[in-house]
Amino acid sequence: MSISTELEFDAHLAEEGQSSGGPVQGRTQWQLTWRRLRSDRVSMIALAVIVIMVLLAIFAPAIAALTHHPVNMAYPVNGENEDGNPVPPGTNGFLLGTDSTGRDLLVRVLYGARISLFVGIVTTLIATVLGVAVGLMAGYFGGIIDTVLARFTDAVLAFPYIVLALALAAVFGPSLTIIVVMITFFSWAGIARIVRGQTLSIKEKEYIEAARSLGAGPFRIMFFDILPNLLAPVLVIGTLYIPNAVVFEATLSYLGLGVQAPTPSWGNMLSDAQNFYQVAWWYLVIPAVALLITTLAFNLLGDGIRDAMDPRTERLIAARRMRRRLTRRNARQGNKEALSGLTAGGAAAAETRKKG
Amino acid sequence: MAIVGYLIRRLLTGIIVVWLVATITFFLFFARPVYTVARQISGHAATPQVIQEAINNLGLNQPIMTQYWHFLNNLVHGNLGYSYYTGESVDTMLRQDLPPTISLVIGGTILWLIVGLAVGIISATRARSVFDRVTSVGVLIGLSMPAFVIGELLIGYVFQPLYSHGFHFFNTGYAGITSGIEPFFGHMILPWITLATIQAAVYTRLSRGQLLETLGEDYIRTARSKGLSERRVIFRHGVRAALTPVLSQLGVDMGQLLGGVVVVETVFGLGGIGQVSVEAVDQDNLPVIIGFVILAAIFVVIANIVVDLLYAALDPRVRIT
Repeated sequence: MSISTELEFDAHLAEEGQSSGGPVQGRTQWQLTWRRLRSDRVSMIALAVIVIMVLLAIFAPAIAALTHHPVNMAYPVNGENEDGNPVPPGTNGFLLGTDSTGRDLLVRVLYGARISLFVGIVTTLIATVLGVAVGLMAGYFGGIIDTVLARFTDAVLAFPYIVLALALAAVFGPSLTIIVVMITFFSWAGIARIVRGQTLSIKEKEYIEAARSLGAGPFRIMFFDILPNLLAPVLVIGTLYIPNAVVFEATLSYLGLGVQAPTPSWGNMLSDAQNFYQVAWWYLVIPAVALLITTLAFNLLGDGIRDAMDPRTERLIAARRMRRRLTRRNARQGNKEALSGLTAGGAAAAETRKKG
Repeated sequence: MAIVGYLIRRLLTGIIVVWLVATITFFLFFARPVYTVARQISGHAATPQVIQEAINNLGLNQPIMTQYWHFLNNLVHGNLGYSYYTGESVDTMLRQDLPPTISLVIGGTILWLIVGLAVGIISATRARSVFDRVTSVGVLIGLSMPAFVIGELLIGYVFQPLYSHGFHFFNTGYAGITSGIEPFFGHMILPWITLATIQAAVYTRLSRGQLLETLGEDYIRTARSKGLSERRVIFRHGVRAALTPVLSQLGVDMGQLLGGVVVVETVFGLGGIGQVSVEAVDQDNLPVIIGFVILAAIFVVIANIVVDLLYAALDPRVRIT
């Protein structure tokens, strides 16, 4: 379907004599997705923000070395004013000011990004592998395996995770390991549910039957025939689970159930900042903004990837491009025909939008 | 009559679920060495004799199955055990702390559903309008923001400036409804907003998507073409069909709501059972946490039964069997 609209689009190009020339080439689903994603400005900005965040997190020690402010070093003289409160951004070489004990807020926010991104990405990876395995088995085998796995998945989804986090933190003591285990435990279920649904519909396809009649075993069918077709929805949901995990980590650390001081995490910084919002707005606002930018970027990118994988989006983009080009040409030549083409294109686009 | 049998069956499975949760929690807590607990309770300077005495007093020296039996027996009689520190009964403690939690859950849920569904319905009927675009940005921010950040920002930039300028309507902490309507709302509105914002964002997105899909169905066109008013088309034919998947999500989200309650209570210092449990973690006060976990399980079970009954009431195709 997506290929046909792509071909239609190329045909439009050819009609207008602006074709790049040469035979029409087939493109894979991934090339098409990437092409659509690249033309989506919001997704590209979100991707850039994520890349910058990851780089900043990786090079946090280098940046700390540049500022000559080690992450856990307190500066009671330079980093605090005469009342013992944090100093504002730009004072005494502290670019983003200091925190409650006179430590460099910039360095601590960057080190916090290390934890947030590590937790977000690692837990999502593990949860995705688990969720895909469980969902694939439940969907493919069906029967009693499916019933047991689906019931278990539902139970996990309905369980109040912060309550369990409380219990685990009480038993084992709060730590980063607990956070990773907890978030993984609560993330795989949602992925498993979606994978199961997709597997159920894919396994009825003819090519699966063909594979089976050629003598392929269940594991070969699951991993070589079904799995590649699941990658697209899994990529989307994976991207959307990362910000959830980041928020989850921040919340647990905020409650004191996660990363413990003096190790900086956005959650425990915000918890400490709560006592200082009257004297040091930056202490509250800067980690909050860092957190919001990160989760927002992942959410926007996830939505963007989902739209880019949806073949219906292609028509929207093509219609938009058509319209833009026609408007331009119209402005140049005052072509009446192009004007009628414009309104027709606009109506088609509006129709597609209503459906979307 | 079918409904009585259904309720009995659901309640029985509910009891099994609660028993499972209680048992798992109980044995989980035995992964923690008894000695550590007793030492923390007896203080830093405790001699081994004092610690041993503390262990004996708490009954932690008995065989694990004896303790488990004792725990279950108490549980059946509605006794959740006693605080390690004060010896106070956990159910008394939790009962005292229940009013703020209940006020928070009820008010927050009402606000969340009203705002979430209303905004979702309006943006679906006016897709691609300015309102739709603005709210979808708001939804994204709501989805990306942890509840505690919203709470902190509300305290820092709404409550605090107003309070310091002599406007004392908003307040932190808790005031029961018995202390008057005005203080009650003054104390609860900000927590309600915080609790509702996150959940409302999810529901706006969900109900908007569902309603948009429903409004594209053929029977909606039929309803329009037979001359029904737009309002009747949207509410009788559209919203009712679109809401059923939203409602089934509600059952799943009841557990997440409790998580939100823990956070909001801590941010605003409401002193409900969530906040008390967070404090209990710091003190290794295990009976309180077990009590909270069991209460949470009971709440989720009951909420799910209620949601399923509502589901059957709303969707004529679903039969209670």
